[in-house]
Amino acid sequence: MVKLTEGRGKELFRKYGVPVPKGAIARSPEEAERVLRSGAVPCPCVVKAQVLAGGRGKGGAVRFASTPEEGKAAAAAILGSTFQEETVREVLLEEKVAIARELYVSIALDRTARLPVLMTSARGGVEVESVPDEEIERQPVEPFPGLAAYERRRASRSLGLAGALVGELDRLLSSLYQLFDHEDAELVEINPLAVVGERLVALDAKVIIEDDASFRHPEYATLRDDRTPLEELAREKEIAFVQLDGNIGVIANGAGLTMATLDVLKEFGGAPGVFLDLGGTDDPKKVTEAFLLMAQARPRAVFLNIFGGVTRCDTVANGLVAALGTVPPADRFPLVARIRGNHEEEGLAILRAAGITSVPDLRASVQAVVAAAKEW
Amino acid sequence: MSVLVDAETRVVVQGITGHQGTNHTRAMREFGTKVVAGVTPGKGGSVVEGVPVFDTVREAVAEVGANAACCFVPAPYAKDALLEAVDAGVRLSVLVTEHIPFHDMLVMYHYARSKGTRIIGPNCPGIASPGRSKVGIIPNTVFRPGRVGVISRSGTLTYEIVNGIKEHGLGQSTCIGLGGDPIVGTSFVDALPLFENDPDTDLMVLVGEIGGTAEEDAAELIRRGFSKPVVAYIAGRSAPPGKRMGHAGAIISRGRGTADSKVQALERAGARVAKFPYEVSEIVAEISRGLARR
Repeated sequence: MVKLTEGRGKELFRKYGVPVPKGAIARSPEEAERVLRSGAVPCPCVVKAQVLAGGRGKGGAVRFASTPEEGKAAAAAILGSTFQEETVREVLLEEKVAIARELYVSIALDRTARLPVLMTSARGGVEVESVPDEEIERQPVEPFPGLAAYERRRASRSLGLAGALVGELDRLLSSLYQLFDHEDAELVEINPLAVVGERLVALDAKVIIEDDASFRHPEYATLRDDRTPLEELAREKEIAFVQLDGNIGVIANGAGLTMATLDVLKEFGGAPGVFLDLGGTDDPKKVTEAFLLMAQARPRAVFLNIFGGVTRCDTVANGLVAALGTVPPADRFPLVARIRGNHEEEGLAILRAAGITSVPDLRASVQAVVAAAKEW
Repeated sequence: MSVLVDAETRVVVQGITGHQGTNHTRAMREFGTKVVAGVTPGKGGSVVEGVPVFDTVREAVAEVGANAACCFVPAPYAKDALLEAVDAGVRLSVLVTEHIPFHDMLVMYHYARSKGTRIIGPNCPGIASPGRSKVGIIPNTVFRPGRVGVISRSGTLTYEIVNGIKEHGLGQSTCIGLGGDPIVGTSFVDALPLFENDPDTDLMVLVGEIGGTAEEDAAELIRRGFSKPVVAYIAGRSAPPGKRMGHAGAIISRGRGTADSKVQALERAGARVAKFPYEVSEIVAEISRGLARR
């Protein structure tokens, strides 16, 4: 999943014809002042931190300025500061508009209906979770016809729009649905969508792009900056690797088994620090790479829980033994293994020869690794 | 009887000439599946694992009577492969392929539905009826024929649980790996009625995980009247609440989707929910003994 900052989301809005205020990105206070002096963005204006976390308004990451000097000062205060663990590197400068009403519009996926759903509410500008169900209009959108004109008219009615605003919303929703479809978005959300005189203007933009569509959207590849360096390395090797707060490393295969392993580990007092999902690999080299990644994360102990289905236990055992041979002594960790399933006997023999025992019972193996992490 | 696959199932493997396609064609044949054709555009006329290869699914249907497809075609081309199989008239398509964009799946699912083709997957191990047939990549070794129906959103975890059931001396009627993607062709609520009507199934195992509301929807179906005992397990109890879909996601799911919500819904519906994977087979064995005494 690639979350776009508001500024990048609004670039997409502009490209697809969703109306946004006049705005520009600045990366330094001087640049902010220059933009405001040039009139490209008129004052009074809003200076907004370009971070992915919500709640910017309350958190001081959105400020107002009535002159270029004030804009520069606001940018200086925001740039380089930390907002919910994100460092602010960019601000969005935007003209201030006279808001008559604030609406809510989004398109997301409804997994149960297996359809995109258009959601609209006349109660925009607040956290939408706090709006009662009956004040949110939901319209499932059939993918073949796409978002139809009658559905857009229905949205206008539910928002209480009249006159020129009906046509405005009609065009805006067409553009927004096109963006959702063509850019492979998981979510497009405008909150608030402002009524400004006879116009509609998107004052915020939340766009999330789906990872699986990256083969047709290489342009988003450079925007994945929420990973740790090790997570990024793992992604390049196509290994699912997530760092958590605890001290025990977990290597399992398959998302379900990995989650179940973490659940059992926590239940028995362990704190998972890293988990790594080998997936359905049949390549011992990949297993070796996974172990070396794990070693770099410096866990107190490692639990290897493999159920061989398509993956063979002897493949995993060979990869493991090869990896342990190359881990520098300083990076070694206590290891508890549990390998079951396809070619289990061969895998166990390989581990035995290398001096590693496999504990077949899940409870017992988890207790062993929790104890090892405490002792070490 | 079995669910969805049986001795009449005649499989065409899409992407048969790839590494995965070839290996799993062999495994399916060893399991007893009738793999009658393979399709790889441009490779028509060749033979893989003793199976004739065609350029199009239409030829595979016309010439050797394929009625189910198993797709190993890589994600960028999977949508086209599925549409082709549906268009050629196969009744069942198992999509093993992972990482298919959900925007593609939206079109694939609704097109298949309009033509009466059932999709299993994507990103799934497929379906197996031990002793009869399998379509997909479910390993041959962990199963034995029996009377437990299994439906699951995960792969390896299912094998682990099924293996536990085997160690208690019990077996499976049919096992369906539904896949864990946001959009799946067959969900719990689609699969449960098939088992309700299957005389070879005495009880159900349902393996779910956090995210989405498929388990809550299944609970609602069970509550309204599902005649066979259900044992469930939900993976991800210890995972922090996901923010994946942000605010809009929250108003679609309205507090559902967490492990707690799923466990509570299933328990309220009368299912026995195991806390740990290894408890599933213990509960299954206990229920089986009770059913045998009746």
